[in-house]
Amino acid sequence: MSRPYAAARALGRHLLLLGLSVLIVAPFAWMITTSLKSFDKVHQPPYLVPEQFEWSNYPQALAAAPFAGYYLNSVVMAAGIVAGHLLLDTLAAYALARLRFPGRNAIFLGLVATMLVPTFLTVLPAFDLVIRFGWFNSYTALIVPRLADVFGIVVIRGYLLSLPMELDEAARIDGANRMQILFRILLPLSKPALVSVAVFSFLFAWNDFLWPLLVTSDDQYRTIQLGLAAFTSKYGPYPHYLMAGTVIAAVPAIAIFMYLQRSLVRGLAATAVKE
Amino acid sequence: MGVRDRTAEVGRRLGTPITHPAVQRAGTAPLRARRSYRRGDLITAALCLAPALLVIGLFVVYPLVATGLLSLTSWDGISPDRPFVGLDNYGKLIADPAFRNSMVVTVLYGLGVSALSVITGVGAAALLNSAFRGRAVYRTAFFLPVVTSSIAAAAVWRYLFDVSGPVNSALQRVGLGETNWLGDPHLALVSLTLLTVWKQLGLNTVLYLTAMQALPAQVYEAAALDGAGPWQRMRHITLPLLAPMTFFVVVQALVVTFQSFDLVYQLTAGGPMGGTEVVGFLVYRTAFVTGQFGYGATIAYAGFALVFALTWIQWRLGGKDQT
Repeated sequence: MSRPYAAARALGRHLLLLGLSVLIVAPFAWMITTSLKSFDKVHQPPYLVPEQFEWSNYPQALAAAPFAGYYLNSVVMAAGIVAGHLLLDTLAAYALARLRFPGRNAIFLGLVATMLVPTFLTVLPAFDLVIRFGWFNSYTALIVPRLADVFGIVVIRGYLLSLPMELDEAARIDGANRMQILFRILLPLSKPALVSVAVFSFLFAWNDFLWPLLVTSDDQYRTIQLGLAAFTSKYGPYPHYLMAGTVIAAVPAIAIFMYLQRSLVRGLAATAVKE
Repeated sequence: MGVRDRTAEVGRRLGTPITHPAVQRAGTAPLRARRSYRRGDLITAALCLAPALLVIGLFVVYPLVATGLLSLTSWDGISPDRPFVGLDNYGKLIADPAFRNSMVVTVLYGLGVSALSVITGVGAAALLNSAFRGRAVYRTAFFLPVVTSSIAAAAVWRYLFDVSGPVNSALQRVGLGETNWLGDPHLALVSLTLLTVWKQLGLNTVLYLTAMQALPAQVYEAAALDGAGPWQRMRHITLPLLAPMTFFVVVQALVVTFQSFDLVYQLTAGGPMGGTEVVGFLVYRTAFVTGQFGYGATIAYAGFALVFALTWIQWRLGGKDQT
């Protein structure tokens, strides 16, 4: 391949990628700059960079709805779900990867099959259970029904299977029991899998909408996404507040992704390939 | 498999005789210890699996069955009695224009999202599939919408595509007329489709990128020797070899569109005139807004079965000329 030809190809590639990136990132750029415009400037004509940055939009949007409470509820729910996934998924994955018992593969396949079940085929009776248990409007309703998930089990099990069995054998001979083998030997080695499960569980919990919408009605238990949805229907005519609220709701998930993206993207690709 | 066999297998896998004293001792452990270890395995496994299986059993498996039973009642979701009506709900369904509309919307949405997901995913991955500076930056940019909550993403799109929003005022400035993106039933579905594709693009790109990096280099070298250009290599080698990933991406897109709720809720609330009322949103509206829990369950069951059947047929028809 001649050199000018290769250079032209590289240039073309960058131009295409640049165009695509601009299209993809544009809504974020508009979100941020609109959140910093004054009200009389949000409509026409369209322009990206504000002449004057109205930082006061943020405190005003924060004061217009109980965002602090929404935030706290999201943090509590996400922490509960992440902790639940790390513990329950890990225990289940350990049994499925390291222990021998009849029906092991059947249980694993059954669990994987539940991943294909669409939410709407389960949500009505699940909601009914929450009512019957008296959990409506509580952190219990937000957390307990999602304490375990199959995705985490699949990821951790896959990782545990890649660790040599000799580790367990040697530890057992040295007198370790199974829980010691799991918590002292296998889990410290499984950090990449645990980190990606924690991050995905956090993203899932933070961005979740339908379930919290169904099982809470009181602002005392409503999460940030519900708060944002309510805020958008209330402040529709005020794009500057709306976008400030949207930035507030979207930032934690984006920040965590930026911070951990390498391990995240890799973990995700690995899981998809295994499936 | 006993401990002795396992030790032997470990040795085989390592390709070296095992010299670790602990493992050697394991090989000569008395039979009784082995048996009790197995029984211990069973008890430990039961205890380890119980919490996860309880949660998933109670909130996924039981509801899956219970939805089927609910679909045979006219329960309103609140009152203590759940009148059994047999298959009445399914009869009602056939004549229900809202259900028929949601089927059409769901299928169009599913086909649109899966086709565009494949095209954009392959395209973006092909552009990113070689080592060059700035690659990680592009990948991050593509991935941003994936990690943004649907509610936040749709809030921004609703503002951008509003009749008097930035998109329209930009179009007007270049002389194009006003387009009511979210106010027209057909355009609203187009907008929802574009929003969904935009949100999933990063994920599809990473999936295709992973698949492309696993393709055998020799095939490309041979093709290059035979004089195949980049376009021909893409058309005749890359795309056919990517078929399994395409299957995964399409299934993923169909699952996403069938479950789609958050985006619809926030962008259009199923409107205008049912133009974006995908089946999931109809289930929600029927059960939780109009209080027909039993009928909502019927829509969920029948809707899923129909969409599943239609996509399977589509896949069989489309699959023949693809592979």
